[in-house]
Amino acid sequence: MALKAGVRVFRLNGLRPAVRLLSTHTRPEVQNAQNSKVAEFPGARAPYISELKFVSETSYDPIPIYRVLDHNGEVIDSKEEPAIEKDTLVNMYKTMVQLSQMDKILYESQRQGRISFYMTNYGEEGIHVGSAAALSPSDLVFAQYREVGVLLYRGMTVTEIVNQCYGNCEDPGKGRQMPVHYGSKQHNFVTLSSPLATQMPQAVGAAYALKRVPNNDRCVICYFGDGAASEGDAHAAFNFAATLDCPIILMCRNNGYAISTPTREQYRGDGVASRGPALGILTARVDGTDPLAVYNAIRAARDHALRHNRPALIEAMSYRVGHHSTSDDSTAYRSLEEIQKWNNDENPIQKFKMYLERKGYWDAGSDEALQKEARDLVVKTMQQAEKKQLPPWKEMFEDVYHDMPPRIQKQVKELEDHLAVYGEHYALDTFKPE
Amino acid sequence: MALKSPVVFGVLSRLSRRSFSSSKALFSKPVTVRDALNQAIEEEMERDERVFVMGEEVAQYDGAYKVTRGLWKKYGDKRVIDTPITEMGFAGIAVGAAFAGLRPICEFMTFNFSMQAIDHIINSAAKTFYMSAGAVPVPIVFRGPNGAASGVAAQHSQCFGAWFAHCPGLKVVMPYSSEDAKGLLKAAIRDPDPVVCLENEMLYGVPFPMSDEAQSNEFVLPFGKAKVEREGKHITVVCAGRATDTALIAANELAGKGIECEVINLRSLRPLDFDTIARSVAKTHHIVTVEQGWPSCGIGAEICARLMESSTFFELDAPVWRVTGADVPMPYATTLEALALPRPPDVLAAVTGVLGARIDQASAQ
Ligand SMILES: Cc1ncc(C[n+]2csc(CCOP(=O)(O)OP(=O)(O)O)c2C)c(N)n1
Repeated sequence: MALKAGVRVFRLNGLRPAVRLLSTHTRPEVQNAQNSKVAEFPGARAPYISELKFVSETSYDPIPIYRVLDHNGEVIDSKEEPAIEKDTLVNMYKTMVQLSQMDKILYESQRQGRISFYMTNYGEEGIHVGSAAALSPSDLVFAQYREVGVLLYRGMTVTEIVNQCYGNCEDPGKGRQMPVHYGSKQHNFVTLSSPLATQMPQAVGAAYALKRVPNNDRCVICYFGDGAASEGDAHAAFNFAATLDCPIILMCRNNGYAISTPTREQYRGDGVASRGPALGILTARVDGTDPLAVYNAIRAARDHALRHNRPALIEAMSYRVGHHSTSDDSTAYRSLEEIQKWNNDENPIQKFKMYLERKGYWDAGSDEALQKEARDLVVKTMQQAEKKQLPPWKEMFEDVYHDMPPRIQKQVKELEDHLAVYGEHYALDTFKPE
Repeated sequence: MALKSPVVFGVLSRLSRRSFSSSKALFSKPVTVRDALNQAIEEEMERDERVFVMGEEVAQYDGAYKVTRGLWKKYGDKRVIDTPITEMGFAGIAVGAAFAGLRPICEFMTFNFSMQAIDHIINSAAKTFYMSAGAVPVPIVFRGPNGAASGVAAQHSQCFGAWFAHCPGLKVVMPYSSEDAKGLLKAAIRDPDPVVCLENEMLYGVPFPMSDEAQSNEFVLPFGKAKVEREGKHITVVCAGRATDTALIAANELAGKGIECEVINLRSLRPLDFDTIARSVAKTHHIVTVEQGWPSCGIGAEICARLMESSTFFELDAPVWRVTGADVPMPYATTLEALALPRPPDVLAAVTGVLGARIDQASAQ
């Protein structure tokens, strides 16, 4: 009843008198430096204004893109050049070259029907090595699928990677996943999951777990694409990273496309980075074709994450030079010229090579040798991988549960008995003995 | 020998004589399942302005599996909508559009990704008509490839037939042939209720003969009506979707050995045409179910339960066997993948097992 009457009064008298009616006293109001009044709502602390103002994406300048190198590999501002030792720089470069050679050959091997699937990383090599070099090897990686350079940099061998793609008995994943679904506990790299963005809230959960460890010195880095950023899980991850105060680096690889969907159809506004400040996350946008820019950004983000237990968001801009995967032909939705232009003008490997050459750390002769060596290594490894046996057949019964339930044990026994009698009818020698 | 109720038997056998309909394929021409689905969508878009398609890559790219080929060119952005990669989002948006009177066809790139959106399917699409006391119908179709494809491992190879069929409020169809695909999808688009259409990637490129009748743009198939793909008197084999292929191959082989299988393609999982199963069992007294999904709480399990709960139980001369997908996450290896799915020899073994009353061996697993 009382409520209704109040409403009526409100309507009859209009807004101003009703407000006056409700506030019987005049109390001092909080003022800020400019003398405008600051509201202290539980949900927002902000100045009052008396003129309605909408904000839109054009109310702000776009978040700028930080770079250290120009497209000729020249340092733009010497203050920004990170102090990285020669060996590390050369190692970063070698990893990029190895990655790109591996992509070429494994992509071809899928075309020839030797493996069922592959995804290349062309154009994003700088994001991989720049971030990997800035992290500690103990930092935990949650990746999407186009980040194998991080694993290479951390020391996973070409052999291990190729074995995964071939699903043979030396595949650390026991031949259970599609090609490119890597994982390595030793390298602190969580096994990939196919459904997009599921790694994102999980990464935040892992960061939360790390934070609880006394004297924690590890952070989590979570890589994701501009397409995956549209999943509900991405938003949940951002919000939880901020509200749970997690030491995590959210690393968006914005390569312009999600299969055929260009970013202009994926989102509006100022890209993925603009969501960071909106959710209370320290954010920067970098040129992902510049390994040094990525390095500096990740260094700073890591420092922030560990020092304050706070998340950071980095949006690394790049261009997906290759097709989405071996199931895609990207010329159906973008022009060859567009691809070539990016590949020529902003090629991360070229850029970085020129930088190293300028510093006197690298020359054309070493490059030729490296390219050949990297290629030969993959070809040789691939030939070996093809000859390796399949994982032991018994492994197919393992890991469905932590402890094998009696029902599965019974099936193993059945198969054992069966093979004891009929083994000769099976190509048992293709499986590795236990 | 199992007990039989002569009365029920008499009624059922009379019914059975006139109930088997099989559409004539005399003037048929081969059409792939993909084209049949494409026709279905195109014809319904032509027929009803409210119908539109939404999903990842469905527009300019023609769909990840090219089922929506040409539709964007013809109908444009207004009715063929590419979405950002947010299954939860576009499923919710499609459900909302259905609330508001449109007739969305929501494509999942594969049903594996529908898991991101399952709340909208189960908690919103399936229940809103009921919860709104009949005020808000939800005429929506969720469609896309379901089940195992080839070499795409654990997270991309799952059959969700039993999952969706579990939920009241949903209708669930699982087409096998091109006629199934066209007739069921068209019926689904016209249906006032939410329908889940579980297609199969491996069948998309397979051509099936399609009758003149099926090629007409008024061809629809009723839900809850199974199709007897092959008549037979010794044993009933119930299946749906791609498992129908497996069952038919096995039936062919068994026919050579003098065993006549009656192969029933369920076409829809919910409603489930138990009458056709019952009539068939009244004739054959034996039954085997075949499905690609896992055994626990599966479609086969449901059929077993209905047999137990009905007088058809008394028609059985032997216990029912299920042929299902292996009870493990899908292996990646091609060889193991093939073994994890029902194969014709599995059906063969089940049929001969049931007919030979060798149930002890079966229950040994
Ligand atoms: C939940 C889910 N929906 C759809 C897909 C199919 N899919 C695989 S990759 C991909 C595009 C992702 O694009 P983006 O995140 O930008 O990464 P990029 O491939 O460009 O590196 C899609 C739609 C999936 N794997 N999971």
